[in-house]
Amino acid sequence: MLTLIKDTLTSQVVTLWRVFSHLWVKADTVEYPDEQPYMFPRWRGRIILSRDPDGEERCVACNLCAVACPVDCIALQKTEDEEGRWYPEFFRINFSRCIMCGFCEEACPTNAIQLTPDFEMAEYKRQDMVWEKEDLLIDGTGKYHDYNFYRVAGKKIGGKDKGEARNEAVPVNVRSLLP
Amino acid sequence: MTFEVGSGLSIGVILATVILVAAMLIWVERRLLSFWQERLGPNRVGPFGLLQVVADMIKIFTKEDWVPPFADKFSFVLAPAIIMTVILMSFSVVPFAPGVGVVDSNIGVLFVLAMASLGAYSVMLAGLSSDNKYALLGALRAAAQMISYEVFMGISILGVVALAGTFNLREIVLAQEENGWYVIPQFIGFVIFLIAGIAESHRLPFDIPEAEQEICAGYHTEYSGMKFGMFFVGEYLGLVLIASLITVLFFGGWLGPAFLPPIVWFSLKAFAFIAFFILLRAAIPRPRYDQLMSYGWLFLLPVSLLNLLITGVIILSTS
Repeated sequence: MLTLIKDTLTSQVVTLWRVFSHLWVKADTVEYPDEQPYMFPRWRGRIILSRDPDGEERCVACNLCAVACPVDCIALQKTEDEEGRWYPEFFRINFSRCIMCGFCEEACPTNAIQLTPDFEMAEYKRQDMVWEKEDLLIDGTGKYHDYNFYRVAGKKIGGKDKGEARNEAVPVNVRSLLP
Repeated sequence: MTFEVGSGLSIGVILATVILVAAMLIWVERRLLSFWQERLGPNRVGPFGLLQVVADMIKIFTKEDWVPPFADKFSFVLAPAIIMTVILMSFSVVPFAPGVGVVDSNIGVLFVLAMASLGAYSVMLAGLSSDNKYALLGALRAAAQMISYEVFMGISILGVVALAGTFNLREIVLAQEENGWYVIPQFIGFVIFLIAGIAESHRLPFDIPEAEQEICAGYHTEYSGMKFGMFFVGEYLGLVLIASLITVLFFGGWLGPAFLPPIVWFSLKAFAFIAFFILLRAAIPRPRYDQLMSYGWLFLLPVSLLNLLITGVIILSTS
């Protein structure tokens, strides 16, 4: 009986007071539409396709992102221009399926596909969640400013022959070794 | 038409105010709970979120009013009407201020207790007619809880009745004008009435009949639309009623220093208790069902009887 009263006073009343005293603690709530939360630069949000410093598309349509995607929301078709550059004929991301896991960004060998801090992607029509290449492509370089795949890769394109890439030696003419 | 006890105007104003206050409690409770949990709560609809109530009401009125095919239609529809009716009936004997009230009944306290007992039928009918195992469990718990807690709810008030010498709630308030608030001589009675009142109005921590986490809303599991809304508002009406009764019986009703009008004193005191009930919800976890029952029968009932006995002895020896 006495212990019950003592427990009531020490436990229940103290609990009530502790909870009541939270009245003058500032709320943790971020009032979102009025007050924008700070989004970290490496936040995994809306996906974009970046361009290299020369303004060309970085994407070489290697399909690695589509393979890496766990929900199969990326679809693309490779094509080639007359200079020998590879690029996607179409590049389609279905954002109603996308889970923003960032595996496509990790898989991308040319830093073309990148995730951005934008998360406000609500649409009224489901079809509007499907973004085509012209929606995804941005004018800038995204997170990697100096990277240009064709300048470092050995692939021969118009205006850049074999051996002219950065850190690349001129190919050895195997016939010159013949006696 | 004059504004006096029992006039049509007075009845209309009291009815409208009580229902409005009960509806506003939806917003008050969510706001207060969120402050105690370091959140902001609903603040989008209107200034400070005050129109949240309107939004909720539009939602609940336009919802499909569905009666399950397996339910017993008549009692299913009757149950939510009962709880609203009996609690609103109880308000008829509450004296809000001098000249404000519906009836000056000389059996006021008994009337309130009788109406509270009738409220148990609403919950039981709802649970039985739903033909749902969770609803039935909720109804069983509600029946057992209300029967056990009504016993010493009545006994705990008897100390006040004995001191005031009347069952008339208005005269109980007037008696406190001379003798001081009854919370001082009847502190144990006040604490017991408070606990019983929480159990009676199914508020947390004694919301065992509708424990959402255990039996998914208990007796009103099958209810939707406005029928659910009536249970919901009925619960808040019960909260307002218990707060008003505590104010009237133990805290001198409308009495207070003259710089504020009596009705404001009454509202302030009642609101303080409503806020306290919400604080209980924010802080105290729900006890187990058998703990609640044994606490009621083995602890509160003997204490309330003892309280009544001692009060009686003191009254008899001093008179």
